[in-house]
Order: sequence, then C-alpha cells, then structure tokens
Amino acid sequence: MICSGRYEGSRGALRLSLPFVPGTMFESLQQTLGEALKRLRGRGRLTEANIRDAMQDVRRALLDADVHHQVVETFLTRVTEKSVGQTVLRSIDPGEQILKCVYDELVALMGPVDTALPAARKDRPAIVMLCGLQGQGKTTTAGKLALTAKQAGRKPMLVAADLQRPAAMEQLRLLGEQIDVPVYLELGQIDASGNRIGGPGAVEICKTALARARDRGCDLIILDTAGRLHVAEMPMEELRQIDRVVGPDHVYLVCDALTGQDAVNSAQAFNEALELNGVILTKMDGDARGGAALSIKEVTRVPIKFLGMGEKLDRLEEFRPEGMAQRILGQGDILSLIDKVSRVQSEISDEEREKQQKKLEEGSFNLNDFRKQLDMLKKMGPAKDLINSMPGMSQLMPAGQDPEQSIRRIQGIIDSMTRRERADPDEIDYDRRLRIARGSGTRAEEVKQLLTQFEMMRNVMRAMAKMSMLERIKMMSGMSKMGAFMPGAKIVSKGDTGHRKSPRERAEDRKKKKR
Amino acid sequence: MLGALWRKLKAGLARTRDLFAGIAGLFTGKGRVDENFIKELERRLLAADLGAGPTAELVDQVKRDFRDREAGEDLKSMVREKLRQMLGDDDRSLRIAASGPTVILVAGVNGSGKTTTIAKLASLFHRNGKKVVVAACDTFRAAAVEQLGIWADRIGCDIVRAQHGTDPASVAHDACEKAKARGADIVIVDTAGRLHTQTHLMKELEKIQRVLGKQIPGAPHEALMVLDATNGQNAIAQAEQFGKVIGGTGIVLTKLDGTAKGGAIFSIKARTGLPVKYVGVGETIEDLEPFDADAFVAALFD
Ligand SMILES: Nc1nc2c(ncn2[C@@H]2O[C@H](COP(=O)(O)OP(=O)(O)OP(=O)(O)O)[C@@H](O)[C@H]2O)c(=O)[nH]1
Ligand SMILES: Nc1nc2c(ncn2[C@@H]2O[C@H](COP(=O)(O)OP(=O)(O)O)[C@@H](O)[C@H]2O)c(=O)[nH]1
Ligand SMILES: [Mg+2]
Ligand SMILES: [Mg+2]
Repeated sequence: MICSGRYEGSRGALRLSLPFVPGTMFESLQQTLGEALKRLRGRGRLTEANIRDAMQDVRRALLDADVHHQVVETFLTRVTEKSVGQTVLRSIDPGEQILKCVYDELVALMGPVDTALPAARKDRPAIVMLCGLQGQGKTTTAGKLALTAKQAGRKPMLVAADLQRPAAMEQLRLLGEQIDVPVYLELGQIDASGNRIGGPGAVEICKTALARARDRGCDLIILDTAGRLHVAEMPMEELRQIDRVVGPDHVYLVCDALTGQDAVNSAQAFNEALELNGVILTKMDGDARGGAALSIKEVTRVPIKFLGMGEKLDRLEEFRPEGMAQRILGQGDILSLIDKVSRVQSEISDEEREKQQKKLEEGSFNLNDFRKQLDMLKKMGPAKDLINSMPGMSQLMPAGQDPEQSIRRIQGIIDSMTRRERADPDEIDYDRRLRIARGSGTRAEEVKQLLTQFEMMRNVMRAMAKMSMLERIKMMSGMSKMGAFMPGAKIVSKGDTGHRKSPRERAEDRKKKKR
Repeated sequence: MLGALWRKLKAGLARTRDLFAGIAGLFTGKGRVDENFIKELERRLLAADLGAGPTAELVDQVKRDFRDREAGEDLKSMVREKLRQMLGDDDRSLRIAASGPTVILVAGVNGSGKTTTIAKLASLFHRNGKKVVVAACDTFRAAAVEQLGIWADRIGCDIVRAQHGTDPASVAHDACEKAKARGADIVIVDTAGRLHTQTHLMKELEKIQRVLGKQIPGAPHEALMVLDATNGQNAIAQAEQFGKVIGGTGIVLTKLDGTAKGGAIFSIKARTGLPVKYVGVGETIEDLEPFDADAFVAALFD
C-alpha cells in the first residue's frame, strides 16, 4: 500500500480474524443463558416451555446486534424447533447447549460462501458492478476488489460511474493510482466551481469503459456507481439501465456493518431492481455487531461474500459465517471450542458418554479410554487444535516436535501395551516398560514419561469432570502449566524432582482410587 | 420543520406504504389493546431502531396502563408523549461566540455525511451574510480535500487546505489563523471519518480539539457528531465515544430522506444527553433542517 501515514493500531495483527467485540454494553449471552437454564442441567429433555426464557435472552442479543426484528422471530422459531426434544446433557451447561444450537443455525443461515469473482467471457472482460446507499464504502471496496483481482493475477480496470458525489471520480482515480490499476473516467466539462456541466452519463461511461477495457486486454472491470436511496426512482432507474446495457456478470450490494433495521428494506429494493449476486459488508473493523449480515441473507438469500476490515485497500477479507455468528452473539473464539467439544460428544453415544463421565469422576479413566479419545479427537481436526482441546496434552508433547508425530508415538506406545496394562497403568514396571518400548520403537524413558504425564492428566480430568464445559474450556485455553491452574488437584509438575513412590505406596494409592 | 423534511418523509413513506407503515395505523380507535396489538406496537418501535431496551420499556408501560382498553386517541397520545419526553427540550440552536470567530468541529464515523453536512451548514451561514471558512482536516481519505474544495467553490466560502497526509491539527491551526486574520465569523472543521474504536484516531481528534481551543478562546463552540439515520444500535457507542472525545454539543442526523427512522437517538439522548440539532434530508445544499422533536415523533406515527 502506498497510502500511509495513518496509525492503524493493532488492527493489522487481527487481519485474518474478526476482532473480538467485548460485551461492554451487552451482557454476555453465555452468562444469561446459563442463568436461564441452570435448573435443567442433566435432567430430562429440552421443551418449548423450559427454554422460553433462554430464547428471550437470545432474542435480546440478536436485536442488540441489529438483526431485523422479523428475522429474529423466524430465527427463534427455527432454533426452538431444533432444540426441543434434545436430551439435556450432564457434562454440558444447558445454556451452552442452546448457544451451540443458535450458533449452528446462524452459521447455516449465513453460509456457504463463494468468493470467486466472475471469469472473463470469450468476447469481453468480466463485469462486476457495485451498488448501495450513500457512504457505505462502494468506492473503497471497488479499489479493494481491484487489488484482490490483481494479486490473483488478473488485469482489472476501475470505472468511475459516480457523477453525483463531488470528487468521486478523483477519489477512484487516486485509489487506482495507489494500486497501479487503470481507472476509466470521463470528467466531462467542468465549470469554474468544479461542477460537471456536460459529458456522457453513467450508462454511457460504463459502455465505453467496457470497450476500452477490451482494447487494453483487461479481463475484469469494476463499476463504481453513485450512492443512492432505494426509494429514489430516477437513480434506481439509472442502475437498471446500466444493468440492461452492459450486463454485469455480478452485482454486489455494499452495505456497512453499522446498519440497523433498515438494511432489509434497502437490500430488498436493490435486489428487486438488479438481482444481486453478493453482499459486501464494510466497516467491520469497528465494534458493530453487524446483524445486517444475517438480515440481508435471510430476506434476500443473497450470500455475503467479503468483509471490509479497514479503509486501506488491502483490508478486504473473505466472509466467514463462523466468525460472523460469533460476532453477532458477542462471543470470543470460545465458540469454536464449544463446537469442537460438542462434535466430539455427538460422536459418542449417550451411554458411552455417561460411562466416560462416570469414569472421569471416579478417576478410573485409564489408557484404554485415553486411546479411544485420541482416536476420536484425531478425527476432529489438526493435531495442533487437539492438543489445546485436551487437558494436559501439551505436556505430553515434547517441545519442538511435530505434534502429529508425537501423537503417533503416543498411540504406538499405548498400542504396545496389553489390555490389562492399559486398564491399570500402575502395574507397568521396568521390565514391562522395556517391552513396550521395544514394541513401539521408542525408549523406556519415553514410556515412563508418558505414564507419569498420564497420571497427572487423569487428576486434572477428574477435577474437570465436575466443572461446566465453559470452565473447562477457559481452563484449557488458559493453561500453560497444569499445576498452576488446578489448586485442587494433586499435581506434580514435570520439572518436579519430588520423591519417587515406592511400590507399596503405589499399591496403596491404587486401593484408594478403587474405593 | 414541518417543511421539507415532512414532505420528504411523507413522500418516501407513500412509495412504500405497506412495508413501512408507521405506528399510526395501530391507533384506529377500533379494537382492544390485546396481545396482537402489543406485538404490533413492539414490532414498529423495533423497526424504527429504537432498540430492544427502550421498546420494552414503552411496551411495558402500555401493557400496564392500557391492557384491554380501547386502542384509541388516549393511547396514541400517551405513546407519543412518552417518546417526545425522551427527546428532551434542549436548546437546539448552534452556539455562537460572543466575539471573534465561532468554531464548529464536525466528527463521526466513515461515510456518515460529515463533509456534506459541513457544506450545508457553510451555505446556511453564507446565505445569512456570515463570512465562513471551512478547514479541510480530512487529509487521509482519497480526494476528501477536493470534495470539500468543490463545495467551498459552489458556496463561495473560504477553504484552508493542505497536502494529503498533513497533520490535521496543523490544518485546524492554520484555519483559525486565517479566520482571525480575515475577520471570519464562522470556522467549520471537517475531519476524516473514523470508527470510535480506533483509539489513535480518537486521540487525533482530541488533538484537533485542543489546537482549536488554543487558537480561539472557547473553541470549538460547537462539536457536532454526524450520525447516519440508517445506523442501528452501534450509534449509541458512537455517540458515547465521540461525545466524550470532542466534548460533543449535539448531533446532526443525516439521510432521513430514506426509509430509516433514526430511532437510536432516543437511547443516545438517555445515555449521553446529546440533543439532535439538525437533520440531513438529501444530498444538495438545501437539504438541511433544524431538528424538530415533535415532527420527528410524529413521523414515527405517520
Ligand atoms: N440521501 C442523503 N445522502 C446524504 C446525506 N448526507 C450525506 N449524504 C451522502 O452520503 C455520502 C457520504 O457523505 P460525505 O459527506 O462524503 O460523508 P463523510 O462523513 O464526509 O464521509 P468520509 O469523509 O468519507 O467519512 C455522499 O454520497 C453524500 O452525498 C443525506 O442527508 N441524505
Ligand atoms: N473503517 C472503515 N472505513 C471504510 C471501510 N470501507 C470504506 N470506508 C470509509 O467509508 C467512507 C465512505 O467510503 P466510500 O468508499 O467513499 O463510500 P461510497 O460513498 O459508498 O463510495 C470513507 O471514509 C472510506 O474510507 C471499511 O471497511 N472500514
Ligand atoms: Mg463512492
Ligand atoms: Mg468527508
């Protein structure tokens, strides 16, 4: 970017993820939902009656996020339908269970995303037209799209078709200069006061620009149109004319994230006039919740494609429904964890879950169970995430080693044990360790280390079994050293040289555990 | 104000009658204040961006006082009165310095209508025989200076400008100097759009404000936040932050010529005390009206 001299703060660092919007004036939905549903924990099923209060909280959150009120109502009906009948799990806070339902529904509604710009046709460049109300960010977005296309190896050209706003053409010209993309403009005759008093109209300009672009060998032109009200007849007619005369391949509506209830009115009108192909939501770098994204998608079915994340031209991001759902709900990244955990849980049957829960609480969770969990978790995502989503896992990973490889080693070690050994790791003595090491192609010390770490992990898990899912996740994401966050659990940290238990002490421990 | 704004609002509404019917249709004098009525009232208040909180408050009051009574004039005037009270009775005129130039600082989020509003204000003063200087302190956005320059030419007022990227505070400084030297009556300071969450840009505003105060005693005499009427609940945070940073004296509510109602100003008034002073009802220089609270509330009902 050429344009600089302006402090962008830490926003640069957040480029790839949506900034977390702290719930300053909004109570955390997680909290309020938890309150509304506390009594239900581990008891029976969700019914329309018992989630009514929670749905009121969800409703409030969506309205605070500027989701259109009618969209809120239909949305709540759907979420209620999906929630009713679900078993209330014991290991998860019912509030979180509902929150996940809400989240999933939001994601489903706002996705999927296709950010591909149209390809050039045989006989002419691809044409993208931007439209929208005044001041939404059309001109800036035109520059951003041109830069994106250019970076993808295309040859874009910008077209200044806003003859309305003073210096709008100059604005686009300067943006084009910054990114070294040609801009087509026809200033026409200008009088002493800078008023444009003659020259071709917007439709004409777009038509000529297309011919010029073809001559220059451009494969994409982006039309920057003037901002207009959706209720203004003449200006809307002008857009329809451009649409008819040059036939854009894609028409995008540019709408900013600050927009309130009116978003559906304008989006609907633009969509009726032009058949939109996509929506670009700008000014997402602030703290607006951006409920307009949901409203527009729900009402027009037009997908959101990109997000504007700042004034500079490199601040365009592909739309991610997951991030947007979190933002509308006012949650941090914690939701992705909840999502992951609950996916894990959906993989195990209710009975299996009950069994595991019980085992955790009794501390009889053994290496067989651990092996099962590793398998399950491995299906869920990259090893890096896995490590963060299981307590104590990071301690099991030697520093500097590829996590995928470490997990394979751990599994190898466990696989070389007998069923009995896995069920009662305390039985594993030096000879058995040697055997296991040979079987798994590791060293006896590694086997021993795994066993020690597992013991620590089991303690943590036992303590965690009594916590809510949220507390667990908080703990997991915040933990670096296990001993530091679990004052209750008897944990010997890795570096501790504390005394080595004699076989008799260990036998005693075992007895205690079995009680 | 029952002039241009009124006509435009009515015209806008007429075109889209069914979609944007006001609250008035509710109070036909027929029917009772039942569950349906309450739901409908709630929907219409929400649609005007009043926000969930104020809407619930109003709806609760209607439930309390009017349940099962007739939905007629009493109720209508109660709701109207309540809304009207929320807007307060402030002095909505612009503060003018007793002597020397009056300085008006204008700020707001990106694209809200600051530059256009400045052109409208400058034109208003100019037509009233005042000598106006506009300061092009948006040295960041492409062609922002040119945009204000075109307006200044059209109006025939003075402009102080500098190169793209210049410290905006220094432009503000120069504008004050020029205003004093020329014996100008009014200085209107345009600033770059910024989101209230951008701490450093908010600091930049603070600096502009400080410089103005140093150059001209009591300046800025008016510190206006320009708010786009299509904005939803985020407008409240905008008003809180901008109001604090520039020592806000009022709000200009723009783009009321569309279908948006700007209902966020009720919460804004409650939380910050900032009164709306002017409204923007179009893109030309004449499209500025003093804010009239009665007409505004009436427009919600029409
Ligand atoms: N319909 C309508 N359009 C308006 C109104 N006020 C401003 N606009 C338009 O909104 C767009 C943005 O206005 P500007 O005055 O450039 O806004 P700004 O706040 O200075 O924008 P930045 O400096 O880019 O942050 C322009 O196209 C204006 O013509 C209004 O009251 N009604
Ligand atoms: N913070 C922020 N500002 C933006 C974004 N996109 C555009 N803007 C600003 O919003 C204002 C209006 O943008 P512009 O492109 O001129 O809007 P147009 O009137 O629709 O063409 C300008 O000040 C832009 O710099 C964005 O994603 N974030
Ligand atoms: Mg533009
Ligand atoms: Mg401006």
